[in-house]
Amino acid sequence: MKYTKRNDGRKFDESRKVEAKVGVVPNALGSAMLKIGKTVAVAAVYGPKELFPKPLQNPLRGRLRCTYNMMAFSGAGDRVRPGPSRRSKEIALVTENALDPVLDLSAFPKTVIDVHIELIQTDAGTRCAGISAASMALADAGFRMKDMVAAVACGVVGGQPLVDLDKFEEDYEGGSVDIPVAMMPRTGEITLLQLDGEVDKKDLMKAVEMAKVGCMQIFEVQKAALKAKYEEAKK
Amino acid sequence: MISASYINQITAKGFRADGRKFDEYRQPVSVEYGISAKSAEGSARVKIGGTEVVAGVKLDLGTPYSDRPAEGTIMVNVELLPLSSTKYESGPPDVSAIEMSRVIDRGIRECDAVDFKKLCVTPGEKVWMVFVDIYPINADGNLFDACSLAALAALKDAKFPKIVDGIVDYKERTKDSLPIQKMPLECTVWKVGSEFLIDPTVDEENAAESRLTVAFTDKGAVCALQKGGKLSLTSEDIGKMVDLADKKTKELRGYLK
Repeated sequence: MKYTKRNDGRKFDESRKVEAKVGVVPNALGSAMLKIGKTVAVAAVYGPKELFPKPLQNPLRGRLRCTYNMMAFSGAGDRVRPGPSRRSKEIALVTENALDPVLDLSAFPKTVIDVHIELIQTDAGTRCAGISAASMALADAGFRMKDMVAAVACGVVGGQPLVDLDKFEEDYEGGSVDIPVAMMPRTGEITLLQLDGEVDKKDLMKAVEMAKVGCMQIFEVQKAALKAKYEEAKK
Repeated sequence: MISASYINQITAKGFRADGRKFDEYRQPVSVEYGISAKSAEGSARVKIGGTEVVAGVKLDLGTPYSDRPAEGTIMVNVELLPLSSTKYESGPPDVSAIEMSRVIDRGIRECDAVDFKKLCVTPGEKVWMVFVDIYPINADGNLFDACSLAALAALKDAKFPKIVDGIVDYKERTKDSLPIQKMPLECTVWKVGSEFLIDPTVDEENAAESRLTVAFTDKGAVCALQKGGKLSLTSEDIGKMVDLADKKTKELRGYLK
């Protein structure tokens, strides 16, 4: 079943509306909220602090530790069982890997930097929203960073490559491939790449190119939100 | 951070570190509905000063308890997210999160805030189960009151999903609200030295030796109590604390509109 028109009227290379704000958790060193379509992610950064238990400490390098959690009411269907799941642990891991390349962790030996990501409302693309928010939170915290990380899912739905799938498209009956991508916007390097589904090489590359464009759109919003905090402080 | 001994000193002199009166909530107090409207059947965000909590209601069909075959069930859960403060760590809920969940739950359950009989779909077989999940986003003191307000707001906001062939269809929501017959709200009064104060900051919480959480219904009845902290209270103390909570829950209720 060919997917010819998107259910919400977007163009195939158009991401959903993105809104972002930093400093949403005053207790944290840095924090951010990112909303993409109906998916809402909040991220907060604490640390660097001493890592326990001590055998885990690395004398040469700090550790980036992420958690990812969907709030129990945040799923569209049944209640999400609170607490860690295999899925959330894996997402936390790929999030760490997506953010690690932009940080200079050698500046914080023996410590841990905690990044907590919470999803308040979900409509697909949660790990990407989480990564984008976490990157802003790290920048808000003032860590020295090589680059931001912007993330968006691309995919092939009903044979059509497109960017930023919503839940309807992720569950599309005519076949759906979901490809979360995180990118360093300055260099175009990719720090997260996953794929669920079945796709041929040509479509895959086409979709990834679309994701890069989508990431740049998110990057603009991230930049604007980080600057907005200082504009507000000026007043 | 302000030390507990300093808080004790200035409290004895009649001051608070942020200049408030003892019986004054931090401003702004706000309640926002539908913050997860796509996902949750009901949801709300509550801010009291620097403290922010979100709450959501999920509804599901399940089998009733055998001793109450014609009544629905409710479950209230507070999870103290490490996102919200350095005080909290990942892992299974610790005893303070369990206490908070149970105190909020008690306020709602004990006065039959929701008419559980009206949550029955097929007696003995199918009833609505109400799940209220509460999370702090920024824990800056007085989570008890914020969580209680958020829970009630989310319950008020909730709409039933449709039942299609005996299964919940979350995509379609009806216009029916939950059968709420009473509106319990909690106010926690904290004792610092010999003074009573409400809406403490984290520093004030650390300085307080005991606290009393009192839930009042909108009809003015007390429907839950929980004394916390190590120090004892006299019956005179309790009288004063209950009176103060009565007055302040009435004020908090005004923010629910």
